Formats: sequence, C-alpha cells, structure tokens
Amino acid sequence: MDPIIILHAGLATGTVLLFATLGEIFAERSGVMNLGLEGMMLIGAMAAFSVTVATGNGWLGIAAAMLAGGALSMLHGVVTIHFQADQVVSGLALTFLGVGLALVLGEGLSKAGTISLLPKLTIPVLSQIPVIGPIFFTNQSVVVYVGYVLVPFSWFYITRTRPGMHLRAVGENPSAADAMGVNVYRQRYAYVLVGGLLAGLSGATISLAVSPGWFSELTTGGLGWIAVGLVIFSAWNPWRAAFGAYAFGALRRTILDIQGPQLLLGLRNPFFFNPYYGFFLQMLPFVFVIIVLIIGSREAVRKRMGAPAALGLPYVRGERGL
Amino acid sequence: MDNLVEMKGITKRFPGVIANEDVDFELRRGEIHALLGENGAGKSTLMTVLAGLYRPEAGTVFVRGNPASFNSPRDAIDLGIGMIHQHFTLIQSQTVTENILLGLDEPRFLMRLSHYDKQMEHIGDQFGLQVTPDAKIWQLSVGEQQRVEILKMLYRGVEVLIMDEPTSVLAPQEIDELFKTLRSMIAEGKSIVFISHKLHEVMSIADRITILRQGKVTAAGIEPAATSKAELANLMVGRKVFFDLEVGASEPGEVVLELQGVSAENDRRLPALRGVDLKVRSGEIVGVAGVAGNGQSELGEIITGLRKCTSGHILINGNEITNRSARTSIDFGVAHIPEDRTHVGTAPNLSITDNLIMKKYRDPPLAKRASLDRDAAQDMAQGLKDEYTILAPSIETPTRMLSGGNLQRVILAREISSEPTLLIAMQPTRGLDVGAIEGVQRLLLEQREAGSAILLVSEELEEILILADRIVVIYEGEIVADGVEPDPAKIGLLMTGGSGEPDAERVA
Amino acid sequence: MTSTTSSTRRSFSFPLELQIEPRTDSPRWLAPLVSFVAVLLALVMGAVVLALVGGNPFRAYAHIAGAAFGSLGVFSDTLVKATPLIFTGTACAVAFKMKLWNIGAEGQFFMGALGASIVILAGVVSEDASKVVTLAVMAIAGALFGAAWGFIPGILKARLGVNEIITTLMLNYIAFALVNYFIFGVWSEGGFQMTRTFQRAAWFPRLSDLADQFPIMRGLTTHAGFIFAVVVAIIAWYILFRSLWGYEIRLIGDNPRAAKYAGIKITRNTVLVLMLSGRIAGLGGMSEISGVIHRLQGSISPGYGFTGIIIAWLAKLNPLLVIPVSILFGGLILAGREIQPAGVPRLIQGIILFMLIASEVFLRYRVRLVRRTA
Repeated sequence: MDPIIILHAGLATGTVLLFATLGEIFAERSGVMNLGLEGMMLIGAMAAFSVTVATGNGWLGIAAAMLAGGALSMLHGVVTIHFQADQVVSGLALTFLGVGLALVLGEGLSKAGTISLLPKLTIPVLSQIPVIGPIFFTNQSVVVYVGYVLVPFSWFYITRTRPGMHLRAVGENPSAADAMGVNVYRQRYAYVLVGGLLAGLSGATISLAVSPGWFSELTTGGLGWIAVGLVIFSAWNPWRAAFGAYAFGALRRTILDIQGPQLLLGLRNPFFFNPYYGFFLQMLPFVFVIIVLIIGSREAVRKRMGAPAALGLPYVRGERGL
Repeated sequence: MDNLVEMKGITKRFPGVIANEDVDFELRRGEIHALLGENGAGKSTLMTVLAGLYRPEAGTVFVRGNPASFNSPRDAIDLGIGMIHQHFTLIQSQTVTENILLGLDEPRFLMRLSHYDKQMEHIGDQFGLQVTPDAKIWQLSVGEQQRVEILKMLYRGVEVLIMDEPTSVLAPQEIDELFKTLRSMIAEGKSIVFISHKLHEVMSIADRITILRQGKVTAAGIEPAATSKAELANLMVGRKVFFDLEVGASEPGEVVLELQGVSAENDRRLPALRGVDLKVRSGEIVGVAGVAGNGQSELGEIITGLRKCTSGHILINGNEITNRSARTSIDFGVAHIPEDRTHVGTAPNLSITDNLIMKKYRDPPLAKRASLDRDAAQDMAQGLKDEYTILAPSIETPTRMLSGGNLQRVILAREISSEPTLLIAMQPTRGLDVGAIEGVQRLLLEQREAGSAILLVSEELEEILILADRIVVIYEGEIVADGVEPDPAKIGLLMTGGSGEPDAERVA
Repeated sequence: MTSTTSSTRRSFSFPLELQIEPRTDSPRWLAPLVSFVAVLLALVMGAVVLALVGGNPFRAYAHIAGAAFGSLGVFSDTLVKATPLIFTGTACAVAFKMKLWNIGAEGQFFMGALGASIVILAGVVSEDASKVVTLAVMAIAGALFGAAWGFIPGILKARLGVNEIITTLMLNYIAFALVNYFIFGVWSEGGFQMTRTFQRAAWFPRLSDLADQFPIMRGLTTHAGFIFAVVVAIIAWYILFRSLWGYEIRLIGDNPRAAKYAGIKITRNTVLVLMLSGRIAGLGGMSEISGVIHRLQGSISPGYGFTGIIIAWLAKLNPLLVIPVSILFGGLILAGREIQPAGVPRLIQGIILFMLIASEVFLRYRVRLVRRTA
C-alpha cells in the first residue's frame, strides 16, 4: 500500500473520469445536461477496442471512440435542443441506447484477443522532481498527459476567451445571448458534441490504457454516473474536476490494494482475513460520491456557486419577457 | 428623403392573433418618435420586426431608402438599428464589459478585459453614461443596468435606438436622467423610437407620436403640440376610457391586517423591508404605491407566508401569523393574487379544474376524507368558469393554453370565491388589455363592498388613485407616507425619496 | 406585456414551407397516437440495427411474439416476467409524477428482496409458521427496506438539495454490494452465489398449484405476486388521481412554486414520495423472491428497475397503464433471452424511450406544410 503507487495508478483511472467530467462541464455550461455519459463511454470503449483489434492502431481506436461518443451525443442534442424534450429523461434514454448498442455491436469482442496498449511516456526532467515526478510524470499513458493539458486549457477557454464568454452567456441567459446575435442552438450543439467527444475519449482510455479489454457492462461499471456526480462537485470548474477525478482514481486503487496485505497499519487486516468485507469496500466509491455531493450542495448554497442558471431548461425563441 | 426608416404595410401574425395589420411607420433622422398604445396593441411586435427578431408575413422595411430584410438582430445592428427590450438582455453573473461585448466577433479569442474596460469607460464618458466596467451586472441598480443596455447599442454604432417601455422600472428621478440622456443622444445625431403606454411621458419627450390600437395604426406621426391627452387616450383605446367606475365612499370596519415593525430580506440577503407598520381594515382598499423593487413583492410574500421576516409581527384579526406557513395564511382567510401568474399562480399542465381547487381542496365538499370528490370539483369549476367568464374549450383544458386575461380570471375566481378576509392583490392588471383591466378593478371593488380588506400593490399610479381608499407609499423598504392625499406629483416625489412637497414641473 | 409566441420559420426553398407553431389545443386522441407511432418507429429502427448486425429482424420479432404470447404456457411466463415490472414501473411513475427522478428502483428492488430474505434466513418467522403469516411478514420487511432506501435520497434532497438522480443511482450499486455481502459472506450455500432454498411457506401460491383441480393449469408459473402487483398499481393510481395527497403530488410535479403558494409542504412530500416509490419497488423485490426465485441470489433482476423507467414513461406515468405496458415488456424480456446478441432487448428499450421523448414534441407543436407567401 505504497502511497506513491496508489497515486500513480490513480491518475490513470482519474483521467478516465476527468475526460468525461470535463466534457460534461462544457455541455452543462451551455445549459444542456447530458446524463448519458455511461452510454457514451461504453460505446467509446467498445469502438476503441474493436477498431484497435481490427487495425492494430490505437490512435485509430481513439478516433473511432470519439466519433462514436460524439454521434450519440448528437442524438441527445437534437432531442433536447430542437425538440425541447426533457433533458433528464433524454439522458437516461441515451444511457440505455449507448449501453445496448455497445453490447450488441461488441458481441464477441471479449474473445478478440489482446492488443498493445497506448504508449506510456516518462517526461525527462520533470520525472526527476522528488515526490511529484514519480507520480505524475513517470511511466504514465499518453492520455494522462493529454489530461494534464486539457485541464488548464479548459479553464482558460471558459473564463478568459471570447468564445468561452459566449458559452457562459448561453448557459446563464440564453434569451439575452440570442438577442445579441449569439446563435444559442449552434453553441449548445457544439458543446454537447464536445461532451460526446470527450466521453468517447474517456471510454477509449478505459479499454486502451487502463483496463484493456472488453468486459461488456463492467468495462465502465458506473464510472459514467460517478462523473455526473463529479460535475456537480466541481462546481463546473475544471480545476476542481481534476482534483475530484484524480482523488477518486486514487481511492479506487486504495480499495484494491487494501485487501492485499495481512497487516494494515500494523494491525490485523480485516479485509485480508474476511474477503467478504471486500463488498463494503466496493461500496466506498459510491458512498464517496454521495458524500461529495452533500459537500458540494451545501457549499453551493453557501457561496451561491450554483449551476449555470439556464441548465436543464430548453430554450425557445419567443419566450421573452413574461 | 428625410426618412431614416420606413415600414410599409407590415403584417405580423402569431398563432391565434394578428399582432400587426398593415402598419406603416416612419422615422426621421434626429427625432424621438413615440409609439403609443396600450398593452398588447402591437408596438413591441412592430419594433421587433424592425430590429430583426421576427420576419413579417407581409410588408417591407426600408432603411435609408433601400429595402432591407433581416435574418437576425445582427443584420439590423449592421444597418445601425438596435433595440433595448423591456426585460434586459444582460448576463447577471458577467461584468459590464463582457455584456457589452456579448455577441461581437471582436475580440477574436483572448478577452483582454483591461483593454476593453478602458474602452467602455471612454464611451461612457462620451455619452454621459457613467459605468464601472468591471462591475458585475447583479451588483448594479436597475437604472445603471439600463445604461449598460444603451451603451451596448452605442458601442455597436447604432444610429436608430428602439427603447421598449424604458421607464417601467425607473423612479421619476431616473426617468428625468433618461430623458436627458435621450436628448443628448439626439444631439449626437441618433434617432430614437420610444415605445410606451404612458401618455404623459410620451407627451413630454416625443417629437412625433404614432398610435397603435389592436394591431392597426390609428394616428401616424402627430405632434404633441397639435393634440391633447384626452385625444391621445381616445385614439389609444377608442372610447372614453377615463375611469368610469363607480367608486363609492368606503366605510372601513375592524382592523384585519396589522404589520408591526416588520423587517425582511430579499433573495440577495439584502434588506427589503425595514420596520414596516401597516394596518388594513375590512371594507377598505389600501393602495401601495412605489417603483418596482422597493419592497412591495416582499411585503406581499411575508403576509402570504411565502417569505420569512427577520423581525416584527404580522396579525390577521388579532391572530399572530408571523413566520408561519403559507397554509396558515390561507387558513386565516388570506387570498393572494400573485405577481407572476404563470410561474407562481397556476400549474400550467394541470386543468382549469385542478387550478381552481388549489386553495379549497382540503376541505369538504371537495375533500371526502382522504380523497378528492371529482364531481364536486367539476361542479365548482364549471360554476366558476361561467361566473367569471373564463374563455376556454372546457374545464379540463390545461391552463398553459389560456391567454393572460383568462389566466388572471382563473386566479381571481379561485381567490375571490373563497370570500377572503384579506385579499393581497399584487400587480393584478399587469399585462392585461383594457377590458380585462376594468373587469379586475370591478371585482376588487365588489370585494371591498363585501367587506374584504384589500391590500393593492400596483405600479400603475393611476390604478391606485382610482381604487384606493388610502394610499401608502413605499420607498426602499419603508413606508414613507401613510394616507397621503391623491396628488400624483406629491406621490411621485415620495416614491423617489423626496419629502412630499411638490416641486415645479414634476410628472405631468 | 402580453407574451408573444413565435412562429419561427424554418424554410426550405420549396414552394411549400414547414411551419412550426405552438399548439393551442390538445385533442385526446393525439397523445396515444403519437406514442403508438413512436413505438412502431422504434421497432422499425431496432429491426434495422438487428439486420445490420447480421440477424433476421422478421424472424426475431416473430419469435418474440410467439415466445411471449404464443400459447397459454408462455403467456403465463410472460405474466411472471411482467410482475416485477408492474412494481418498478409503478414505483417510477409515482416518483416521476412529482418530478423526482428515482433511478434507484433497481436498488430498492434488491433491498426489498434482501429484507424479505432476512425474515426467512434470520428466522424472524419460524419455519413452521403459516403461509399467510410468513408472506405477510416478508412483505412488510420488503416494503420497509425499500422505503428506507427511498428515504435516504429523499431526506438528502429535501434537507440539503442533493440531486436525487445521482444519489438513487449510487444507492443501486451500494445495494448490490450489500446484498452480495449477505449472500457470500453470511448465508452462502456451499460457496455459491446463492442461499438455501426457502421453505414452502415463503412461496407465493401459483397457478400450477391448482393443477389437480384444473389440469389446464399444469405448468403455469404465474404466481400470486401478479395479483399483488396489480392491486398495488391500482392503489397507486387511486392515490395519484383520486386522493388529496395525489393532487398535491401532481401539483408539486407540475409547478413547485404554485404548490408552495398553495401552502403545500414540498420537503415533506419529497421524502414521503420517495419512500413510497422505494416501498413499491421493494415489494417488487419481495414478490420476485417469493414468487420465482425462492432464495436470495446475486442475479434476481435483469434490470427490472431500469426497465421500470421506460415503462413508466410509456405509460405516461399512469399506474393503470403500467399494467398492460409491463405485460408487453415482460414478453420482450422473456423472448429476448433467446435472441443473440444479448444486448438487443436493452437496445430496443433504449430506442423506444428515445423515440417516445422525441415524439412528445408533436404534443407541444403543430407542424404544417403551408404554401409559401411571396
């Protein structure tokens, strides 16, 4: 139970969550809630794995995953933006759709054999930094580094650029943005797509970097829903999302490791001697999400750091004024 | 041709209503042209066509002599035409500069706020509209927010500024400021379309007036000097409208509602009511005059149990209801006509019946032990529908399909039929056409005759002048006058924190 | 200001034009028609997907029809599959009516099963207690456990404003792990993922019990849980549409601000309704244990809780309609077990739900082709 190892491994799982969470932050900032993360991630994982198996090229796999996630997200987009259906139910439908599609199309994939993972990198100078180096910059998959870059970029984009300002405007007061000539529909479609692309990438990360292979539903095993919770915890802020995602990844690794040794902190390790207690450990991530939500909700009430004002509400031209 | 803008034969339809029918309108360079008409006459609609928001079914718009067709507000702004709506199009959580830059292609990518902040200050000085560029909109007063809206348009170089009911949220002092600003913009070469339903304002600011009634033009481009308020009113409404309601003298009875030193906060945790004392007696209408945002909404909410007060006492017929629930107020006979009839007063997807029983469903005959007696409910609904002439296909129609006037009738039917001890009427005639307004006012008077105590909160000073037996003025959460004489000038001053002594040349 | 509604023009460059405008009426035949067409289209799309994956859609659909409704025997099996669906569908409908998104029906189902099983496995009732007593206690336990699992997200939402979608969902996974712990760690039978079989008193009577008197009933697996489910659905319908409480629930669901204005306590109802929803799902779990599985094991549900969501939506949140819809879906699940690939029933369910919500736009807007004016 080496903390360095736990944190190191946690970054990979954390990256999976990070991509999905960041994608959803973009979508929700524009005012559209997409609960179909689990479905998009699963189909991304399946697409990535099957294309990589077929072509031997992991990059093509990633591209396929992002396309798959993006395509699925566009269904949600049309239904919620143009048809103004309820965003919650549409997201749920998307989950069923994505999961079902992934299971159907991925039939037989688990017997497809092994693939070579995406390359892992060690960054020269940075990996020498004590403590931080071995965790963040040593022998991590490429996608993890992509994650490192994506976080500050997302934050910068949202808060310091003009398109980011328009994104926020559309999510706060779409009729004001519309009156000023911002194309609300187009913006929302674009960011829902971003959400889908990133969710697909997240799925690819699972099947190509973290837990390679195809295990039907267990591939994502609820991670998509955890990402939805993380979005709320992150208060729609990419930095907090990163913190939450990586912390979560570390937690998962801890749960795995904790069942190994006979002695835990010098005492008899209950999880080693009674493996059935492991089920309670399995619950931990989900309990963690609930606790995180409770904290997030109370803070939001306190700091008025709430959601984008128009989140979840379909925008209809003409409902101005009253 | 001196006409900057010409609109010929504009017809605009919405489902179920013809908003504009064959309307002509022209705007000369450098003039303030008022569009006068009552609520729903089609003034805003006409201008939304000019501003590029909607396309007309028929007719053409000419700008500087050339026909123009707009696909979006951007096209109109490109031609120098911009509209400031009645409800501001501002993003509350963003800064002044960000809001002014909203929708523009510049800056390309990076915001460079410090650079643009300076630009905004500069342009503010240029037009005499001071703003703090890095303030967030929610921190600004309503008047300041309006300034941001104007600057937004000026920054885009518009020459034609359309203002939709700009004074509806301003205090008389701020209105004077606004008029000064408008005149200085004219001096800078701009032209202004001023949409309003307030006769006196239009008479005072406009160079020319065009009047719309029920979608058609009844008078085009007349000069204020050449007409009178009475004539304008006639053209607006088509009949002698001036207030032919029989308002007899009132004989107030016992004190029904008493507020003692009540204080409360608004949604932003700022003080909204400060130590309010108020009494309303049975058989009397107390009118609360004040500019929107001075605590009236909160006043209504604490009495009806929708908001907690931080100190003080509220008594109904001597019973303490301070900070008790909405249910308690209802049980003590308090009826509430809310400000927001669609979002608070009714449930849009439920039927008229379901909406009508909202207050009484817990009691027999509607309640039969734990269940709802549907037949009794339907009988009651049908009776109320007829009595209050609610126009709808049936009592099962969802209320989202009703017009504003009919929706208000549903609410009135529900609240009044419960024979309330105390009726809190918040902006009861807002957004209604003249026929509906008169109906509401008549009903309020009937309730007064029947002995209800009525607290009337209204932004229309005229309405308070007609209906109220006693006038109270609220300003910044305090009652600054109780039982003031029905003199608009005096009241107007009090509404803005003045002392109540009429100055020369106040609100006409 | 009177509200102006927009007739936005989406024009294609035909002489004809598509005009979309909000509806001002809602004819009664419209909603069922739209739903029907949506489901039809969904089935067509499902067929397309099936064909793409190399299956034969016609054969698959014919097989489903036959395998679900073809004979008395299979129809009986369909009803068995429909029973838990009626419970979860009703549970979801009740919660959704108040716009409480209970995605945790699956977990509440499991908890109900756990509660009912604990009654037997922990000896709360003795082995020779009568059937009536045993089943009654099991039902109470199942309802209690399910209600508790609804209480948690309820109180979190009511007191702290925590989003119930995620809490109910997380509680699903927690419930699975909890049940697994009890199965493996406490009452495991020979190390397998199941407990011992429960005594006969814990079994719901089923039609085949009457085979001696009515030979036609031989082999019919429909059990009393079906009647139980129908009764619960009817009671739920009554609560929603005929009781005072139901009026409050519907009002809150439609416009919480209006409900507050009318003096209704929203926080209290949030907790109560989620508990009710959990209770109903929990009874579903108990019914499945007593009617079909007769023991506690890891796989007691192929996603009944999630299918319940779709059923509730298709039934327009009306518990009475949940009954026939559940029977249809029961048939789909039953027959779907034999279809390859394994994800097909789930996929079709997803497409159906999608088409349903997409089609609702026609209830709000009227689409017309009009001649384009110059």
